[in-house]
Amino acid sequence: MATRDTDWDGVRLHVVTGKGGTGKTTVAGALALALAADGRRVLLMEVEGRQGIAQLFDVPPLPYEERRIAVGPGTGSHPGGDVFALVADPESALIEYLQMFYSLRHAGSALAKLGVMDFATTIAPGLRDVLLTGKAAEAVRRKDGNRGRSYDAVVMDAPPTGRIGRFLNVSAEVSDLARVGPIRGHADTVQQVIRSPETVVHFVTVLEEMPVQETLDGIAELRELGGIRPGGIIVNMTRPLALPPGQLKKAAAGKLDLAQLATGLKSAGLDDSHSLATALAAELAEQARTTLGQEEQQQRLDTAGQPCYRLPWITGGIDLAGLYRLATALREQKAA
Amino acid sequence: MTGKPPPLDLDRLIDDRRTRIIVCCGSGGVGKTTIAAAIGLRAAERGRHVVVLTVDPARRLAQSMGLTSLDNTPRPVRGIKTEDHPAGNEAESAGSLHAMMLDMKRTFDEIVEAHADPDRAAQILANPFYLSLSSSFAGTQEYMAMEKLGQLRRADEWDLIVVDTPPSRSALDFLDAPQRLARFLDGRLLRLLIAPAKVGGRAYLRALNVGFGMVTGVLTKILGTQVLRDVQTFVSALDTMFGGFRERADYTYQLLRAPGTAFLVVAAPEDDALREASYFVERLDTERMPLAGLVLNRVQRVPAVHLSAARSLAAVEALAGAAGNTASGHGAAADEGAAHDGSGEHGEHGTARQLTIAALQLHADRMTQAASERRMASGFAAAHPLVPMAQIPAQPEDVHDLEGLRRIGESFAAD
Repeated sequence: MATRDTDWDGVRLHVVTGKGGTGKTTVAGALALALAADGRRVLLMEVEGRQGIAQLFDVPPLPYEERRIAVGPGTGSHPGGDVFALVADPESALIEYLQMFYSLRHAGSALAKLGVMDFATTIAPGLRDVLLTGKAAEAVRRKDGNRGRSYDAVVMDAPPTGRIGRFLNVSAEVSDLARVGPIRGHADTVQQVIRSPETVVHFVTVLEEMPVQETLDGIAELRELGGIRPGGIIVNMTRPLALPPGQLKKAAAGKLDLAQLATGLKSAGLDDSHSLATALAAELAEQARTTLGQEEQQQRLDTAGQPCYRLPWITGGIDLAGLYRLATALREQKAA
Repeated sequence: MTGKPPPLDLDRLIDDRRTRIIVCCGSGGVGKTTIAAAIGLRAAERGRHVVVLTVDPARRLAQSMGLTSLDNTPRPVRGIKTEDHPAGNEAESAGSLHAMMLDMKRTFDEIVEAHADPDRAAQILANPFYLSLSSSFAGTQEYMAMEKLGQLRRADEWDLIVVDTPPSRSALDFLDAPQRLARFLDGRLLRLLIAPAKVGGRAYLRALNVGFGMVTGVLTKILGTQVLRDVQTFVSALDTMFGGFRERADYTYQLLRAPGTAFLVVAAPEDDALREASYFVERLDTERMPLAGLVLNRVQRVPAVHLSAARSLAAVEALAGAAGNTASGHGAAADEGAAHDGSGEHGEHGTARQLTIAALQLHADRMTQAASERRMASGFAAAHPLVPMAQIPAQPEDVHDLEGLRRIGESFAAD
C-alpha cells in the first residue's frame, strides 16, 4: 500500500450525504472505489435499506453481511484493493449489538418478532441512528489480527442532507431521551468516532438552487454542532461548455454570431449550414443560460470554504465503467 | 417499442370541476414542488379556486408565490392572470390561487390539542418522546401532509387542492407512513407496555416463548429504566388519543380513494426515478387509487434533431484537425482546436471553429442523452401502456417566478 498525498489523508470514515436526486449513492460508490486504489481495503455501507449499492454495482441484493463487491482501480505499482459492501438495517444491528454486549441473541430475535424495533425507532429515531452509526464506528475501529485495522477506510452512504446533522449528532439526540443507561454509553462511544479527526462529512450536490442551499445549510449545521467535520463538496453531473472566451453571455442572450457558426459548420462539411446553425445556437443558448446559473451557484458554494470537486455528467446513465470514471476523477482531484 | 403512451390531458383534468384534489408524488429531486405549483397556477388561471400545499419549496420559488415562512397559513399568490379562462367557465368568477407551506410540528400539536383535554395535552406536548416523534419521525411529515390535506378538504374553501408530497427517498413513503404511524400509535406493543394483562399481552408473549419479564428486562438493558418509564408515561398520556389518530388516518386514506382525487406521478427520465414511478403506479392500482398519469419532468429537448450524435462528433474531429484531439474531453478538444489553429488562434477563424466545436459537442451530448431518455420513457410505457404521459422539457434555469411556472403549465398543453 502506497501513501498518497490527498486532501483527506488520515480520514477513515467518509460520510457521504446529499439531497435526493444529486447522485449521493453513486458518488459514495465512486469514492469507495477511489479509496480502494493502491491496495487499500474499503467498506461501503448503506443505511437506508434501499439496496442502492447493489443496483449501482449490478450485484444481487445485499444482506447484513460484509461482502466483496468490487476491486478498486489498480495503479502502476499496486493492484487495486477490495471494496466490501454492507447494508446495515437497525434491526440486525440491534440483534448484533445485544449479542456482542449482552450475549442476548435469542432475546434480540424475540424482540424483533414483537416489533420492538419498529416501536423503538418510531418513538425515538435517535435510537435507530445510533445503531446505524454505531455499526459504522465499529467497522472503523475493528482490528484484524494479521493486518491491523480491518478496513483502511469506511464510506457511508448516509441519509440526505436535510437529516444529516441529526443523524450524526446521535449522542445529543439520545441524551435528550436517555440521560443515563447503556444506550447512552453506547452513543457516547459512537460519538467519539464521529467527532474524531478521522471522520469527515462530504456533501454531494448539483449546481441548482435547492441542493446548493441544502449543502450550505448542512455545512453550517455541522459547524454549529461543533466537532463534526465538514469534508469536501462534490459537485456532480457537471457539463462543461467550451465556448470561446467572452461568448458565454452572448450565447445566453441568444446573440451569437450565426454567420460565424454557419461558416464553421460549412468547413466541417455539414451542409444546410444556416438552418443548422440556428438550431445549434438555440441549444447553445439554453446550455449557456444553464451554465451562467451554475456559475452563480458555484460562487455560493465557494463561500463555504470547503474543498470542491467536480464530477462529469455521464451521458446515458451510470454503469460500472462510468463509476470507475468518476472514481478516477475523484483521485485526480485528490479527493481520494 | 410498443408505440406512444396516451397523452396526459392536464387541462381536461383541471377544467373538470369534479376534480377536487391533485396529489403530485414521486421520488426526491424530480421537481415535484415545481410541477405542483405550475399545475396550481394553470388551474387558477383557468378559473379554479386553488390552494397549493407545499412541503419544502426552494426559497426563491416560495418567494415567488408570496410564501416567506413555514406557517401553515394559505397565502394569496399575487400576479395571476385570470382574464382569459376558457369558454364554459365564463359564468364563474375568475380563479384564485393560494399557497401554503406545511409546518409539520404545529400540525401535530394541533391534533394533540384537539383530541386531549388541556392538562393531558400539555403533558404530551412536553414529553421528550413526543418532541422527538413530532419533529423527526421519518413518517411524521408524510402523515401531517395528509392530515393537512384532510383539513383543507373539510374546510371546503377551495375547489381544488394541489398537494406536493414530502421529499422522501421513496415515493411510496407518503402512502405508507400515515398508516404506519397510526398502526404504531394504536399498536399492540404499546398497549402491552402500558397494561400487559389487559390485552392478553402475557398470553401473546407466551406464544412467542418469551416472558414479559424478559422483554422488559431486555428493554431496560438497552434503554435503561428511566427511558422505559418516560415511554410508559408518554404512551399512557397518548392512550386516550389512539382512536382519534386511527380515525384521522383512515379518513385521509379514504379521501385519497374518493372520486375527485387524482394522482400524478412525477419522475425525471432517470432509471431510479422511473423505477420508483413504476412501483408507485402499481401500488396505486393495488390500492384502487385514481392515477391520472405520469409527468416526465426535465426531458432533454434537442432542436437540431436531424443531425445525429455520430455525425456531429465526426464533424468535431474534422474541425479539430489531428486525430485523437477529441478523445481527451470537451475542454481539451476545444483548447487544442484553438492551439492548432496556428496564426489565427484568437482570430475570426479560430473563434468560429471553437464556437462550432462547442456547439457540435454539446449537440452530440444532448442527442445521446435524449436517445437514452427516450429508451427509458418507452420502457416505462411498455410496462404501463395505459398510463397517460406528459413530457416537460428541462428548463435551462431554476424556476423561480410565476412566468417560469406558467411556461411549465403551458408545456402540458403543448405536449
